[in-house]
Parts: sequence; C-alpha cells; structure tokens
Amino acid sequence: MDTLLMAIVVVIGVPAAVCGYIIATEWVLRFAGPNARARIRPWLWVLPAFAFLITFMIYPTIRTLLASFQNARSTEFVGLDNYVQLLNRDTFWQTLLNNALWIVFFTAIVVGMGLIVAVLTDRVRYETVVKTVIFVPMAISFVAAGVIWSFMYNFNADIGTVNAGITAFGAEAVPLLLESPLNTFLLIIVGIWMWVGFAMIILSAGLKGISAELLEAARMDGATELQVFFRIILPLLAPTIAVVATTIVITALKTFDIVYVMTGGRYGTEVIGTLFYNERFTNRNIGTSSAVAIILLLAIIPVMIFNIRRFRAQEAIR
Amino acid sequence: MASPMRFASVFAAIALVLASCTGDGGDENAISMLIVFGGEEATRFEEALKPFEDESGFDVQIESNRDANAILETRIDGGNPPDVAGLPGPGPMADFARAGALKELPEEVTQVLADEFADTYAAAGTVDDKLVGIFAKVSLKGLIWYNPAAFSEAGYTVPEDWAGVEALADQIKDDGTTPWGIGLESGAATGWPATDWIEDFLVRQSGPDVYDQWWRGELAWTSPEVKAAFEAFGKYGTDPAYVDGGPNKELSLAFGNGGDCLFAEPPKCYLVHQASFMSGMFETNFPDVAVAGETYDYFMMPPIEFEALTASGDVFGMFNDTDGAKQLMAYLVSAEFQEAWVKTGGVLSANQNVSPDAYPDETTREAAEILLNADVVRYDASDLMPAAMNDAFFKAIGDYLQAPDNLDAILAELDEAQASAYGS
Repeated sequence: MDTLLMAIVVVIGVPAAVCGYIIATEWVLRFAGPNARARIRPWLWVLPAFAFLITFMIYPTIRTLLASFQNARSTEFVGLDNYVQLLNRDTFWQTLLNNALWIVFFTAIVVGMGLIVAVLTDRVRYETVVKTVIFVPMAISFVAAGVIWSFMYNFNADIGTVNAGITAFGAEAVPLLLESPLNTFLLIIVGIWMWVGFAMIILSAGLKGISAELLEAARMDGATELQVFFRIILPLLAPTIAVVATTIVITALKTFDIVYVMTGGRYGTEVIGTLFYNERFTNRNIGTSSAVAIILLLAIIPVMIFNIRRFRAQEAIR
Repeated sequence: MASPMRFASVFAAIALVLASCTGDGGDENAISMLIVFGGEEATRFEEALKPFEDESGFDVQIESNRDANAILETRIDGGNPPDVAGLPGPGPMADFARAGALKELPEEVTQVLADEFADTYAAAGTVDDKLVGIFAKVSLKGLIWYNPAAFSEAGYTVPEDWAGVEALADQIKDDGTTPWGIGLESGAATGWPATDWIEDFLVRQSGPDVYDQWWRGELAWTSPEVKAAFEAFGKYGTDPAYVDGGPNKELSLAFGNGGDCLFAEPPKCYLVHQASFMSGMFETNFPDVAVAGETYDYFMMPPIEFEALTASGDVFGMFNDTDGAKQLMAYLVSAEFQEAWVKTGGVLSANQNVSPDAYPDETTREAAEILLNADVVRYDASDLMPAAMNDAFFKAIGDYLQAPDNLDAILAELDEAQASAYGS
C-alpha cells in the first residue's frame, strides 16, 4: 500500500513540482529587466539539473579522491601510500593488463563484427531475422550471461558445451576458466556475444544513412564491392564508428559483472571493477578501493576528452 | 493568469508534502533479518521461526543474500543495518563489534550460552569481554565420510589411526581407484573445504596452541608448521592419482557434489573429508541410494600428534537493540528453536539441552554427541581470521592446486596479506 501511494505521488507530484518550479522562476524573473530576463532564464532552468549533477556526481567524485589519500577506514591522511602500495603489487599490473586486453580485443571484435554483419545483412531479404537473433543477447543482464556461459565453459563434459565438443574429438576436457590468459579471452567472448548486437544496430542505421545513389554511381563506375566498402562506406561511416567505439571502450573499462560472476576475479582474470569491489567490500579498505576508482577515472578521461571533441566538431558542422 | 499559476503552485506544494509523508512507515512489530543461506535451508529456517512469531507477535522479515559482506558494509555505513543478521564469520563479527556496529547481547542470552552451550561457542562469540555473536547452528568438521557398502565389497576396513588412513589411501590407489573425493567450488569462497583440510592437519600436527597463534596472525604462514599442514593436504589434493578428477575437477566441482563419487557404480572414490552437514547433501543428491549407516557413514579424522576437533557454525549478531531483536536473539539460542531446526536434518546444535531424539538420524546424533563431549574443540581458523586474510587463504588454495611447486612463494604472499589484514 505504501508503495502504491508513493508511486501515485511520484507520477503526479514530479511533473507538478517541475511546473511549480517554472512558474516560480517566472515570478522571480518579473523583478528583472527585460534584457536580463532572457539571459538569466536559461540558468534558472538548468539549476535543478546542476544541483543533481553536483550532489550525485561532483561531490562523490571529490569525496572518493579525498578518500584515496586516506587510510583504510578514512580516519587519517596517508598521502600517496595507497597508490604506491597498489602499484607495487604484481597482481595490480596483471589487472591493468587484463583491462588493456578487454579494451583492445573487446572493442575491436565488437565493432568489427558489428560492421561486418551490418554490411552483409544490408542487402539481404532476411535481414530483420538475422539482426533480431544477434541483438537478443543484449536484452539479458550481464549476470544472466555470466551464468549461462559458466555452464557452457563447465569442466564437466556432461554439462559444459565447449568441453563436450572437445571431448567429442577425443581430447581431454580443459578447465577453461582456470587457465590464464585463456580465461580472460573466454570472458571477453561472453562480452562480445552480448554487445555485437548494439554495434550492429547503430552501424546498420549509419549504413542506411549513406545515399544509395552514391553507392550505385560507384558501382556503375566499375568499383568492386570491396572498393565500395573501403573507399566509400567506411569513410562515411567514420563518425558512427567513432560513437560506437567510444561507447564500447567505456563498457570494456566498466567490466565487472561478467568477471565477478564467472571467476570472481580469480585465476588471473581480475579487472579494475572486481578489484575495486573486493577491496571495498571484502577487505573493507576504503583507501585502496578509492585509489583504484580514481585510477579507473584517470583511464577513462582520455576517452571522454575524445568524445567531447568529436561532439564539438559535429556541432561546428551544424 | 494569476488563477492557474496559484493553483499549480499550491498543487505542487501539496504534492511535495505528500511525498515527504510517505516516508518510512516504521512498523513497530517488524524485525528485519538478513541471512546468508537461501533456498530450502532458508525455508526451513523460516518455518522454525514460526513459533516465535506466533508467541511474541513480532513479524520477522527475512532477506536472504549470499553477498552478506557487501550488503552489511553498505547498510551499516548508510546507518540502516538490519536488526539481526547472519554474519560471514567470527572474524568479520569482531570487525563489526570493534567498529561499534554490533550491539552487546542482553543478559538472558549470555546466561543461556553459559548454562546450555558448549564452552567454545560462548568464547567464540565474545569480543573484548562483550558477547556479540551467537551460533544458531553448528557443524562438526574433520569427518571422513565413506560408503560402508562399497568398503565391504572392496574388502576395506575403517582405519584406527592416521597411519591407517594413509595406508588405506595407498591401498585404494594401488587397487586402481582414486581414494579421495574433493569438491571445492563455492563461488567467491571457492577453496574453503581445502582450508578445512589444512586446519585439521595443523591442529593435529602442531597442537591447539600453535593453531590459536595461527588464526590470531601471530604465526607466519611461511613457518614450518603451516607449510607442513599445506604439504599434508597437497600430498593428496594436488595429485590426480589420489583425488578423483585431479585438481582441475576439484576447483570446478561444487562442494555439495564433492561426495558424489562415493555413490558411483563402481565407486570413483572411497573417502570424503567434509563437515557434518554433508549428510544432508548426500540425501538431497542421491535420495534413493543414500542410506545413513548403510551407504554412507563416517569416522572422525584421527589424531596425529595431538588430539583435537574442529568445528564451525553460523553466527548471528544484533545491530539494533530493539525489543524485538533482543527477543529474537534469545529465541535463537533457546533449546526450543534449536530442536525445531535440527529436526530438519544436516544441522547440529551446540545447545546441550537439545534432546538427542530431535536429530533425524543416527549419524547427526552421534556427531552432536562428539561435539558436545570433546575435550579440545577449535573453531574453524579461516572463519576467525579477518575477511581479507580469509580471502587471501581461499585464493592461495587455487594457486597451490594449480602450481604445487610454488608453495613457498604462495606462503610468502600470504605473509604479506597477513601484514595488512591484521594491521587495521
């Protein structure tokens, strides 16, 4: 009953509050001169969003930054100790290497396969069917995918599809998730299985935006399919590919669920996401886990800068 | 223009006031409880709580989640801990108690523990002279399960001492079967049955005092006593000739299925070192074949240099000392509740007032007696260690099984983990 009441209040109350806020700001603006009004208004309208941003993004980031310079229970400052200790750990470099593997292979294969499927299905009648089938894995959660593939990779050939295949050829079952670095690549495959659909859909939309006349003209001029692909389609798709690639790179850096569910970060598969989780909740070490989070933030910043630059460039064209 | 404006503002104001009113209902009769087990175990637990709910009028709202660490951390930091919770172990319990999150249990609970429980459990739940944890259920460790029917068919007899166990294992190996069945997989806690092996070896080889130093962090992992315990386990655990399926299968096989090889036709193993709850697993996995006393039975792992037993339990603590929570804690240690719960099988109680007839079968009844009558009982060491040390111990098992020759390096890493885990 409580929940229902709260739902009603939210559905009615939130729009009502927004309207009320706008009416209130209009009333405040009556006191300003006509010129000032037009300049102040946008800032007043953006104010609530800013407040949200500051409370839920800026403030926590600053707190995490501060916590990374403090000890495990955040009671006193220890300077760069947490970072030094992290960088001295052998396993930390393994973790960074794993993230690098994720960034390189996950992104390349997702974008590559998405592109290939988008191009190949573009002129085929059963396009929708293929696209739906490839897109379906995106509908499930990372955890569900992790559980499904845990079964696929199971060491017991009666349960694990992959090992069933291997033993069918007479070879011995392989403990797939225990062998490093094979296990990291197998985890990446799970991620690829999930995200190819995303890349495919967006690249396909971009593909369809390329003028058909342009392609036909090229073909009439004697260009082969490969030349059409590399000389016309690819350059025109470059912005779309950039969008997809940056999204996928960020997803690769955020990886946590797949690794956590399938190996828990053990056997050399640890990534920054699982390291942060283990440090924070198992070791209850706020200092080290914050340091890990800040390192992840630093890793994402170049990607963000690239994204913003691209945004600005596109806005300039408009 | 004025009218609609005023109407909208008033409306918005009312909406906001309503929103703030639908805050916490604050149900007085509810006790929030977080437990770490789920599925059938949780259902039976809830059933065993019914008499308490009926009598006291409180409503126990149970939330079940294996990731207790993360949830407790976040909720305690957020100032909203559950009233009562199952804790991951006495190690984390001590951490929470020292941080002030766990409340001291009322006098009546301390009384029941002193009067009715085996000594070691009152001590294990006490931090800095305050009782903060109770053991609602316990399990005896260091049982070696075997299949009597398979034994008599192969002509084996239950060994009398540890030398006999080693000789039997060798004999089984020479006869062409792997003697031991080991299952270690358990999600984030994979490897814990192997830590039980090592603890059992350590307490029997080097004695309870060395054992106590070890879990307190006063004994280095690279010391000869710890290394000897690892090697004693490794003699069997890392050798595919001694363990069904070898280390790879051990790490992939869920702990509940570690004893399945006992019931295979022909048996793929003859000995399974596990805790007392394993009988419940046998009954669940092989309802037609597993018969207590006939196709499964146990003997205690014999002493080596010292005689001692290891045991563990599920520890519960109280975060909010509300009336309901206090009454619930008192109920959890009462013989009434303990009897109701052990009736469901696979569970032992450390409460001496629980009638032996409450146990559904002979095997659990015997185990309970052994536990209550033992001279030297030690609580599971890895559960007593801080969470970070425990975690490192589990990881070390995986490392050791995959590279047994690296033992020295692995132990050195554990020393490093020890330095930081016990420091804070």
